[in-house]
Amino acid sequence: MSGILVRNAFVIDPIKRISGEVMDIAIRDGWVVEDAGPDPVVIDASGCLTLPGGIDSHTHVCGTKVNFGRYMSPEDMRAGRTARRGVMHVTSGYSVPTTFGNSYRYSAMGYTTLLEGAMAPLEARHTHEEFTATPHQDMLANTLFDGNWSVMEAVRDRDIKRVAAIVAWTLSAVKGFAIKLTNPGGTEAWGWGQDVRGIHDQVPHFGVTPAEIISAMIEANEILRLPHSVHLHCNNLGVPGNYRTTLATIDLVPDLNPLRQSLYLTHAQFHAYGGSTWRDIDSRAEAICQAVNGKPIVMDMGQVMFGRTTTMTADGPMEWKLYMLHHNKWSNHDVELETGSGIIPVYYSRKSLVNCVMWAIGLELALLTNDPWQCLLSTDNPNGAPFVKYPEIIALLMSRRYREQEGTLLDPRTSHRTAIFSIDRELSWEEIAVMTRAGQAKALGITGLGKGHLGVGAAADLAIYPLDPDGIDPAVQVQEVIAGFSRTKYTIKRGRVVARDGEVIVEGANATIWSRSDVPSQYDMGQDPAFTEKFSQYYTVRMKNYPVQEAYLPRGVCIRTEAAL
Amino acid sequence: MKVVDVVCPFCGCLCDDLVVEVCDEKVVKVENGCTLASEKFLGDHRLQSPILREGFGWREIGYEEAISVAADILLAADLPLLYGWSGTHGEAQSVGVHLAEVLGGVIDNTSTVCHGPSILAIQEVGHPGCTLGQVKNRADVVVYWGANAIEAHPRHMSRYTTFTQGFFVKDAHLARTVIVVDTRRTETAEIADEFVQVEAGYDYEILSALRAIVRGREDVISGAVGGVAKTQLIRVAEICKRAKFGAIFFGLGLTMSAGKHKNIRNAIELVEELNRHTKWTISPMRGHWNVYGSNEVFTWISGYPFAVDFSRGIAFYNPGETTSVDILRRGECDACLVVGSDPGAHLPRACAAHLAKIPTIQLDPHVNATTHLATLQIPVAVSGIDAEGTAYRMDGVPIRVQKLVETKFPDDTEVLSAIYRRVREVKGQ
Ligand code: SF4
Ligand SMILES: [Zn+2]
Repeated sequence: MSGILVRNAFVIDPIKRISGEVMDIAIRDGWVVEDAGPDPVVIDASGCLTLPGGIDSHTHVCGTKVNFGRYMSPEDMRAGRTARRGVMHVTSGYSVPTTFGNSYRYSAMGYTTLLEGAMAPLEARHTHEEFTATPHQDMLANTLFDGNWSVMEAVRDRDIKRVAAIVAWTLSAVKGFAIKLTNPGGTEAWGWGQDVRGIHDQVPHFGVTPAEIISAMIEANEILRLPHSVHLHCNNLGVPGNYRTTLATIDLVPDLNPLRQSLYLTHAQFHAYGGSTWRDIDSRAEAICQAVNGKPIVMDMGQVMFGRTTTMTADGPMEWKLYMLHHNKWSNHDVELETGSGIIPVYYSRKSLVNCVMWAIGLELALLTNDPWQCLLSTDNPNGAPFVKYPEIIALLMSRRYREQEGTLLDPRTSHRTAIFSIDRELSWEEIAVMTRAGQAKALGITGLGKGHLGVGAAADLAIYPLDPDGIDPAVQVQEVIAGFSRTKYTIKRGRVVARDGEVIVEGANATIWSRSDVPSQYDMGQDPAFTEKFSQYYTVRMKNYPVQEAYLPRGVCIRTEAAL
Repeated sequence: MKVVDVVCPFCGCLCDDLVVEVCDEKVVKVENGCTLASEKFLGDHRLQSPILREGFGWREIGYEEAISVAADILLAADLPLLYGWSGTHGEAQSVGVHLAEVLGGVIDNTSTVCHGPSILAIQEVGHPGCTLGQVKNRADVVVYWGANAIEAHPRHMSRYTTFTQGFFVKDAHLARTVIVVDTRRTETAEIADEFVQVEAGYDYEILSALRAIVRGREDVISGAVGGVAKTQLIRVAEICKRAKFGAIFFGLGLTMSAGKHKNIRNAIELVEELNRHTKWTISPMRGHWNVYGSNEVFTWISGYPFAVDFSRGIAFYNPGETTSVDILRRGECDACLVVGSDPGAHLPRACAAHLAKIPTIQLDPHVNATTHLATLQIPVAVSGIDAEGTAYRMDGVPIRVQKLVETKFPDDTEVLSAIYRRVREVKGQ
């Protein structure tokens, strides 16, 4: 493969502390190098904002519940159809596109790495199958432990080492990347149609509380030296007044890792509500940001954008509550011994005060967090909005004027319930670069794989946007910003141009990144009588048939660590 | 050699605890499986090479020729139909969808004649379900509705529901109440604590009556509904409301009887209603071992679980129009590729008659009813015996079926990939 020389690029690379330097980038064999070698392909990037490939650190694109979102929604499939064209397969779907649809649309926006937000271990094989069919991004899977019986029993017994050992066995069996807790304890309670209402509530039958599960997992995560921190979807998602639960959760977090946060709080917008009912709901973004500022915590926005979408989460009880409000259609899928999930379609309306407040909170979080490394851009795709809305979110963050314009279309009470229209801050190109790739790479702990930066030795994942930061004023030229971030001029993935002007031009071959922590043999759960008994007695799949075989990871990249056990 | 924890590639239960004895590259003994499993593993008489119809007879041909004949037939067709898929692994299904896409044909699976109506109902109101282990560990009330599990899914009750002990259900036999709803007293009905015998065609009314009672509106119900006494309906509704965890399993008796997808919608809405009181789930008893996998694979690639028509370039879905029964009945397709299914035996006569008229290619290890309608048959390895790949259990749990013996036969994925390559070559793609 001949090298590529990207010339005269306007580079912003926050990790390498490059903020708007015009420079050349040499690429060879998939990596950024000093010298592209003889006769490289030359790409003229003059006047083009050039960033490391985009990374989404929390999105729902592959696996059982995502596919069920498609399965139950022919109306959504009809809303986004493209025909087979060149190397591109047919695509369907707007809020839950088919796998190729996700892959092409993310690629057009310059995204090269995606973390699937929730994978049930028992159904991991499915997630990996869809990863293979999402060919233009490297994929990682958050692995659900929120209702894991073995974990809860070990937490109850205050045996942190055992918690760590169970996580190590499971991640390596299902080829997962990180620990995900979705409404910890609540998904187990949902097995009986119940939920937990705060972090100190007891989980029925297990004698543990969400707070104990969260604290134990944070500790276990560091024992295993996993690249990412615990990735938490807090209890009480979407409940008015839930900011108290979120603040109490933030209080639990110790500072255990000098390289990154000790807790990742996902879709914070859904967890920053004041009030006590839907009638008096208001924003508590400021309280959340104050609590997070300076703490070893990174959050993502979970921004809501107006329009139609589909909500899907492992948080089964939350989806039921949402269904009781919307009465559209409802799917639920509990997973034995592990977790749950639910799906309902929603429509976020500018005419709904509640929806306007949600919209404002997401933006407030991003604008009130001092350090952009601590608040990453996301919609919890597709829960707050489909990811194709990211460029609009970027534009809102970069332009006060655009926010005000939008404000005129909203319920006028929005300005009483939130502070969004009194915030002057307009984010810079560099801050946007942090919030869409560099921050994600650091929070996920994958800069060592060459992700999220463009220094020599980095993975040659680049997004070259038709945006000239010297020539555009993002505070004013909103439509240019949106158009520019919607379609790269070139998306380069592992040293190959994969998309040009929004068209994918080659067949992809992604990698799946997973974590494996090696534990001493006495902590090998594969040999542990009580653990293996879970399989022989209570799971409906035999232990031997549970692990995801290598065949499902044609290009697996394993981050191997030595557990401190 | 004994192989343990073998997956049974027969019904949607996808039992993964079989012990299979292999001797000289042949399965000689099967333990733990039901009789259907033994039949599948042991009664395996293969067609030995591809056969092409010539005049009134068959000519044996090689694989290379078979693949090029198959590609030519598909390429020459205006609207090829790619049908079946419930009897093969996911990797082959995936190649099948891409093949249909390139050809601009229709791809459909056997849902079209089994749980298609269930899918339509789910697309209207959603699906509150769960994995089977959730039922095993928690359910104190289990309902089989229009499903004769003992006959069609022989180990369903012993592995997942009635007879197996679970974490919260130690003494399964005593702790679980079994309700069977059916038009006739089946074997499954014999072991029910409560058998509700419905007059044929009245499932919808019974479901409506139960919904009314659960809502506290028994006053709107007359003395009997669809042949069932009101007193029994009230008793059943009470059992359901008092359950800690209830699970309904429904079969073709509900899906294919009068009302079809409206029956299923009503059943799902009953479950929704019950969830306002306690925990309930509902699940279709999927028949073929990987029919659910075909729904899954079709969906992530095309957006739709069955009946996908690529003739307009985009994926187009309109059951009743793009379903294979309708396409065949209207005589619309002019070639057919059958994989992992025997439409000659299970499609309506008029459909089978059309298959006999057009060039039909079958990928199947065995001579079956479809062979008699086919122009070309290519024998393939059997997933779960001499081929491996992914299957989705009736509840969506993905399990890898193993390759137990070496074989001279290529598997579905290999043959389909070769056809796909050839088609793309000819089309210059
Ligand atoms: S119940 Fe079904 S899957 Fe289980 S052994 Fe019998 S035929 Fe096989
Ligand atoms: Zn999420």
